[in-house]
Amino acid sequence: MTTTTKPAAPVVATSARRPGAGALALRQGRLEITQFLRSRESVVFTMGFPIIMILIFAAIFSDEIAPGVSYTQYFITGMIATGLMTVSFQNLGIWIPIERDRGVLKRYRGTPMPKWVWFAGKVIMVVVIGIAETVLLLAVSVAMFDLDLPQTTAKWLTFGWVSVLGITACTLCGIAISSLARTARSGSAVVTPVALVLQFISGVFFVFTSLPTWMQQVAAIFPLKWMCQGLRSVFLPDSFGAREPGGSFELGTVALVLGAWCVIGLVLCLTTFRWTTKRDG
Amino acid sequence: MENELAISVRGLRKAYGDNVAVASVDLDVRRGEVFALLGPNGAGKTTTVEILEGYRQRDAGEVRVLGADPAHPDAGWRSRVGIVLQGTGEFDELSVIEVVRHFSGFYPGADDPDKVVERVGLGAKAKARTHTLSGGQKRRLDVALGIVGRPELLFLDEPTTGFDPEARREFWELIRDLSAAGTTIVLTTHYLDEAEALADRVGVIAAGRVIEVAPPNALGNRQESLATVSWRTPDGTPASAETATPTALVADLAARFGGEVPGLTVTRPTLEDVYLRMIGHS
Repeated sequence: MTTTTKPAAPVVATSARRPGAGALALRQGRLEITQFLRSRESVVFTMGFPIIMILIFAAIFSDEIAPGVSYTQYFITGMIATGLMTVSFQNLGIWIPIERDRGVLKRYRGTPMPKWVWFAGKVIMVVVIGIAETVLLLAVSVAMFDLDLPQTTAKWLTFGWVSVLGITACTLCGIAISSLARTARSGSAVVTPVALVLQFISGVFFVFTSLPTWMQQVAAIFPLKWMCQGLRSVFLPDSFGAREPGGSFELGTVALVLGAWCVIGLVLCLTTFRWTTKRDG
Repeated sequence: MENELAISVRGLRKAYGDNVAVASVDLDVRRGEVFALLGPNGAGKTTTVEILEGYRQRDAGEVRVLGADPAHPDAGWRSRVGIVLQGTGEFDELSVIEVVRHFSGFYPGADDPDKVVERVGLGAKAKARTHTLSGGQKRRLDVALGIVGRPELLFLDEPTTGFDPEARREFWELIRDLSAAGTTIVLTTHYLDEAEALADRVGVIAAGRVIEVAPPNALGNRQESLATVSWRTPDGTPASAETATPTALVADLAARFGGEVPGLTVTRPTLEDVYLRMIGHS
């Protein structure tokens, strides 16, 4: 170690050079995004997975499931919802246990950083990556699979609030479920099966109404089913609403269920979040 | 500032279920001193330090760190305390300078990140991703993050575990520099030479209690304890005697041998002897 640079004396008087709270959150968000983009697995898995799935499924199934509605269009709406869930629920549920296990969270707790700044950083990362991923999916779908973008402001608005509510609920649930994993490795073991089962029963891979009734009822408890349904109201013709289980797209129920999951997720986060591993006290 | 004690602890106790990690610890650390907490694994060093750092809640006892109760740390207090934990929190995807710069943003009077990286000896590695660093280099990054806020009080939990001898010497120099600049330093270690080289005072902790606090050369009445005089008898067999008056014994031997005493040594117990005796007794 060089001793040419002498350490500065400890700070006694507090000067006010620290960035303000908002700037701290933005810095934290930028750091999280940098870390995400530099970790190749997360980029390939999160951004690439939905596109690869669309390419595969579009190549296998080319039938129409209703007049003017191809299976591919139905599937794309499901993959947009899945993409939002992957970037929030899976991403956080897998990475937070790793960071907790490595001691990254403990290290942050030892600094004067306000706790909420760390959460804000995660949310900024999820939102930015979520938008980028959705735009990419839409671009591919419009270019290759004749997906029509929403034509009215009302539909864009629906697209907006369904996505925001959905990604919020999934973010909070992802943070909450991260506390279930005891070690770095178990995060993905906890989260992946949950996400995969939800995709199968929520009308992503299969047309929802073709699933057994009990399976539909189970799926209706969780957010993904309602995110898919809300997005179908945006991207599929209005006439398709009649083919939904409730005879319409039920946007009111979509808002209600997703809102309820935001509350449940928030309560779970506040009551169960851990900055350190169990063995670490 | 408030008073001359950086840390004051009375009757500290912490149990995990039936396992009493800290039975009763009393401790005072003066401002500006280097204090080493020495003890075997499981003695309660880390639990004690993590309570002082505000990471763990105590079951009982009075604790003041920089004039405040660490059980309720606020941002102002946190910005005056630097922490180097035992385990490293790694940021694999970031470079050394990126991590240090980011953490410097949390502190009101942070030091220049480039200078800090230079000072811990990572100048040549500033742009390297942290996962490419060796164990010792990662530890230096930990130290950089601990000091970037220019703390008044720096905790170092087993800072040189895994260092090669040269890296340890360099690290000691860094600690001496920080101390010379006025930083109060509390370090835990199970290296006796480290405690002896760095600490103004050493607290020996065993089975959850502080059994003695003294400057390293006075620990366990080291200065007053019996000296061991060893030599070889004329037929070549080794002989030795413990005595409170080694000079007299050596003079006596010199007279007996009529000059040089073969294989003569006079030793007092090393810090290690004293330490092992102390923790053996507890």
